[in-house]
Amino acid sequence: MQLTVWTYEGPPHVGAMRVATAMREVHYVLHAPQGDTYADLLFTMIERRDHRPPVTYTTFQARDLGSDTAELFKSAVRDAYERFRPQAMLVGASCTAELIQDDPGGLAQALNLPIPVVPLELPSYQRKENFGASETFYQLVRALCKSQALPPGSQRPPRPPGQRPSCNLLGPTALGFRHRDDIKEITGLLAGIGIDVNVVAPYGATPADIARLGDADFNVVLYPETAAQAAAWLQRSFQQPCTKVVPIGVGATRAFIQEVAALANIDATAALNDPRARSSWYARSVDSTYLTGKRVFVFGDATHAVAAARIATEELGFKVVGLGTYSREFAREIREAAKLYDVEALISDDYLDVEAKVAELQPELVLGTQMERHIAKRLGIPCAVISAPVHVQDFPARYAPQMGFEGANVIFDTWVHPLMMGLEEHLLGMFREDFEFHDDAGSSHLSHVVSAAPQPRPAPAATADISAQVAQPLESTGGPVVGAVPINDAGWAAVWAPDAEKELGKIPFFVRGKARRNTERFARERSLPRITIETLYDAKAHFGR
Amino acid sequence: MNSAQSVSCAGAVSGGRVIPIQPEVIRERGQREVFCGLTGIIWLHRKIQDAFFLVVGSRTCAHLIQSAAGVMIFAEPRFATAIIDERDLAGLADANEQLDLVVTRLLSRRPDIKLLFLVGSCPSEVIKLDLSRAAQRLSTRFNPVVRVLNYSGSGIETTFTQGEDACLASLVPTLPATPPADAPSLLIVGTLADVVEDQWLRLFREMGIERVGFFPPRRSTDLPAVGPNTRYLLAQPFLADTARALDERGAARLPAPFPLGVEGTTAWLRAAAEMFQVSAETFEAVTRPKRERAMRALEHHRHQLSGKRIFFFPDSQLEIPIARFLARELGMQLTEVGTPFLHKQHLAEELALLPANTQLSEGQHVENQLDRCRAQKPDVVVCGLGLANPLEAEGFTTKWAIELVFTPIQGYEQAADLAELFARPLRRRMRLVA
Repeated sequence: MQLTVWTYEGPPHVGAMRVATAMREVHYVLHAPQGDTYADLLFTMIERRDHRPPVTYTTFQARDLGSDTAELFKSAVRDAYERFRPQAMLVGASCTAELIQDDPGGLAQALNLPIPVVPLELPSYQRKENFGASETFYQLVRALCKSQALPPGSQRPPRPPGQRPSCNLLGPTALGFRHRDDIKEITGLLAGIGIDVNVVAPYGATPADIARLGDADFNVVLYPETAAQAAAWLQRSFQQPCTKVVPIGVGATRAFIQEVAALANIDATAALNDPRARSSWYARSVDSTYLTGKRVFVFGDATHAVAAARIATEELGFKVVGLGTYSREFAREIREAAKLYDVEALISDDYLDVEAKVAELQPELVLGTQMERHIAKRLGIPCAVISAPVHVQDFPARYAPQMGFEGANVIFDTWVHPLMMGLEEHLLGMFREDFEFHDDAGSSHLSHVVSAAPQPRPAPAATADISAQVAQPLESTGGPVVGAVPINDAGWAAVWAPDAEKELGKIPFFVRGKARRNTERFARERSLPRITIETLYDAKAHFGR
Repeated sequence: MNSAQSVSCAGAVSGGRVIPIQPEVIRERGQREVFCGLTGIIWLHRKIQDAFFLVVGSRTCAHLIQSAAGVMIFAEPRFATAIIDERDLAGLADANEQLDLVVTRLLSRRPDIKLLFLVGSCPSEVIKLDLSRAAQRLSTRFNPVVRVLNYSGSGIETTFTQGEDACLASLVPTLPATPPADAPSLLIVGTLADVVEDQWLRLFREMGIERVGFFPPRRSTDLPAVGPNTRYLLAQPFLADTARALDERGAARLPAPFPLGVEGTTAWLRAAAEMFQVSAETFEAVTRPKRERAMRALEHHRHQLSGKRIFFFPDSQLEIPIARFLARELGMQLTEVGTPFLHKQHLAEELALLPANTQLSEGQHVENQLDRCRAQKPDVVVCGLGLANPLEAEGFTTKWAIELVFTPIQGYEQAADLAELFARPLRRRMRLVA
């Protein structure tokens, strides 16, 4: 049993719904009790879909458990087929129905419907949403394509001369983070270098479209979380190679162009320097100097987190101080990336662990999910959202991809906007006694950022653990969180001389936490009994970047 | 738990009144587009400020509550889920041990918790994890700092607002007893916004009714006393089990319509006034200015709502009292009034006030009901969030039902706010030209 306050991922059947809802002409019959229909509102409210998800829930009740829930399931499948006439059906169980073991797959097969019926076995008590999406997509691809798979031992015929190369875009789903716009961006990018898109799946595809995936020369895996498994099967069954690079960021987009050009056997050199790739120049522009070495904490699904860490480091000149994911399936990828930045990977789906880590690291920018947005808001740290789980804000009306050159532009704007402008930062430092620049004023362009910056104070008791400190019930006080810093193993606690404390107060709030932390570390390492003004400046000289 | 009760509304006599002729209630079963009882935690945890709600369930339960809450404003809210995993399913002994560990961890992190609810879910019910024994065991262990109670919010047993009913029913046995010779006191039952409670407290005081308690209270340490001298008014129409538990404590329900709209509020207050022998003159003097003010406020909405046809999908059990208000005070026409569960006794006064030929439906088969809705072509559809945008896309004007639960709508001062909730979507549709 795991104590969970907020969850990054829903149950696996929600992943299956993300696939079914993204598609057309598919229907999913879910054996589930009353209440599980809540999942519909994820799609109709968060994503603002104008149709109900194509899902029928059996809605069994306690009194049905003693009688025949299996019959209820069968009639739900029959009715759904009659009403919706889909090209293919998915059948499965939610967590409660899994316990009653009615075998939805077997029951549905017994009905002999004249369409493919794909049974889904999604272990609700072990796995989560992304697994559910991946498994569903894989089962669907396998069921609909296996009759056309290459016979064992045979070779895929070469592309006829003169025929344009084509690929499939795999992985985008409903409720995905900017999937709608990524599809458009990447389709345009591929068209620009002469590659056609055969099928985009599951987003917008029908079962008939899925059945012709094998026609493409190769597969583009946009989101490995949902598509890697299906792409691996397609590679085995159709000898379709697949891409490894996810084109998020300018560097990755260029690497992606080279990768697809090689797979398609074409020359795409001309596409590498797209004039729309403004973010590289913006990052070189002198007003961006202040971004140098900004300390960022990155957390999200593995694909977006790895990409964000790379962009932060290579394309914006930030320093990654923390990197993590909630997705244990992709822990290896995150650990490998973390090594590049000399940080310890945080693999956790416990929101409180993540919050404690952010509080401990005191980054200047958080790149995370909607969960981290809340953490950052409470800690008074600027934040940009880079990954699912999604919020209604992650479905902007405008075109805002993450992938390709335009995606890199969007990312530049999105990440830089929450930060203090360079000149403003300097003025704040110079004239912090000015009444308009006082700590609570915040920055002029950021009315939404909490105006009162966090004021880390020494923890009152040396025995208190960090998570308990961080997890004060703040809703009642509304006050900023108490940073948990100055206790070391030997029980050393920081003692600040009053004038040093006052001097610390003159440092602009957005770097004050770091100054305090560094000074205390400096004092602790030297076992100084008291932190004076001199200690403060000694530490500043020692740690100065 | 509530079992389906059969209601015949055709010319029946209830409480001495003749109920207008109504068509047969449509009773259906099939897919229900309604939340389960766990959702009640969203408002209950805000109301009882030192209580914590620990759902013992699956990842689905955790995901449901966080999605229904819509936003994650509170970094560490006063609810959480103990997510059952494979190992817990392997053996119930281990599950109990695990639950104790989770509760111990939780309570050590949150010393502010005085009352802990273990909330049962579909999976915990199906695996027969006995949360009442767990609650007793943990209550003994953490006595006297924390009391541990349990109730079920599972979807196989409860729908949406029935979660509040189950929660309050579990609290009733812990209410202190009133002294036997105590003077009669009034208890208002059902979660209300603080502002509504305060308004009513002033009204009752002006009428001379001083001994008024609210249940649930704002803090678990302020539980109202109950006993044979307690007279209670239900402020919400979904409290069947709570009422039964209060009856068992000797308290007596004052039958009344629900305090929605001017008429409902007046009748509801009158039930208390008559019981506490408030003179007709005093009642009139106290309520008249409030009534008149509320009617003036309603006037703004009447021209907009009058004659408009409304269709209710089942959601919170508030549908029938709200439909009565909209029909009688604002002149709306009722096409179909769906409710997840129809409590004949508690709604007797409401049913008597409904216009003749009101089509009621109980339970849900959402596809059939959508067909009926489309055939009726109502001007406003009241429905859950899963249906609202798809219906808007079909050209219907909708009102999210959940807002009726999250907004103060009871009493005189809120009557116009309740009307506004229905007028706004219509007004909005007229304004948007693009």
